[in-house]
Formats: sequence, C-alpha cells, structure tokens
Amino acid sequence: MNESSEVRNVMVVVRKAPHGTIYVQEALEVMLIVAAYSMNISVVFLDDGVYALKKGQDTSELGSKPFMSAFRALVDWEIEHVYVDRDALKNRGINENELTEIGEDENTGEPVHPQVLSHKEIYKLMQEQHTILSF
Amino acid sequence: MGYLGSEDIVLLIEDGVYAAAAGTVKSGLIEKLLEQNEVYALQADIKARGLEQLIKKVKITDYEGFVDLIEQHTPQSWL
Repeated sequence: MNESSEVRNVMVVVRKAPHGTIYVQEALEVMLIVAAYSMNISVVFLDDGVYALKKGQDTSELGSKPFMSAFRALVDWEIEHVYVDRDALKNRGINENELTEIGEDENTGEPVHPQVLSHKEIYKLMQEQHTILSF
Repeated sequence: MGYLGSEDIVLLIEDGVYAAAAGTVKSGLIEKLLEQNEVYALQADIKARGLEQLIKKVKITDYEGFVDLIEQHTPQSWL
C-alpha cells in the first residue's frame, strides 16, 4: 500500500471541559487547520469534552473569546463527522437534545447534529485513523 | 471535602461549577456536603458553561457576593 497517496484519516479527540483551560480552543484551532487540507477529519468528544457541545453557553461575563459559536458551524468547514460518547453524556446528566447542532445540511437546510456513539463504536473509528490528536 | 469543618462554606468557581450540576454521577457528593455546609457557585461561570439544572440547595452568587464571602471568611483556594 502506498501510504503517501492515501488520504489521511485524522481524528481530533476532545476530553477537557471548555472554559477553565484553553485545551478546547486549541482543539478547535487544530480541527480548522486539518479541515483546510485534503484529509478525512473526524472529531470525538469524550469525558468532560462533551461539555464543549452543550447548548446555551454564554461567556459574555467571563470576558474570554466566544469561540463556542464555531462548533455550531463545523459543517461549513466540512467537519461533518462529529461524535459524542454516550456514557460521558449520561454520567454528566446531559440529554442528547441539550447538545448544539454542528451546522446545517447544505441541501435541505436541516440542522446537523453530532452523532452519539458507544465506546465500542468510537473504538472502531479510532482503529481506522492514521493519526489521533488528543486534547 | 474531607478537609471541611462544619462552619466552612464552599464556593465553586470556574470548572468547579460543574460540580453544582444536578443529575450527574457525582451530584450525590455535593448533596451530601449540603447536609452540613453551605455551597455557593459563581453565576458568570455557570452561565458560561450553559448549566441549567443545578442541585437545588446550591446558592448562586455574583462577583460582588464572591468578594463578600471572602471578607466574611478565611479563604483557602484549592486550585
């Protein structure tokens, strides 16, 4: 197999909560950079990382950069493979319908939601990656 | 939590406010703490994280309340 001609599968893993540290901001930067190249990008939210996708975050009183809006437009950056760990949501009392949409379908205008998966399904996706970048 | 006296209060700030969320696997720990101690959480940090369902007895405070609590107690910051 000629690896150099193969499209790379790159996965960004988000495991930290969004505002106490800059890990999630950094993960977002990397997502947008990877998306700018011809690579198959997927993004997985695990552990406290699932908090990053929670609806209704308003950082106006913190005076920090309001980067959360970028998650609502991932599809515009052709980041469509966005996955969330089911157990991580459950452990944090978050319902699937409390997660932000990641953009709109180009053709139908319907909102696109992140896909909620089991550990096993996420493990399978990880097996398919050339590179996994964890934050 | 094991280091708290019965007179001590707890103020949750930054990522600490996630502990005030209701219905998580850890909510029971804070509920137990609330049997003896007062627990506050900072409004701006709750709002930033989009937390809506909070443990009922947790009190919400703003930055001014934060300052008042520091005035009234001997703060010990656990980063």
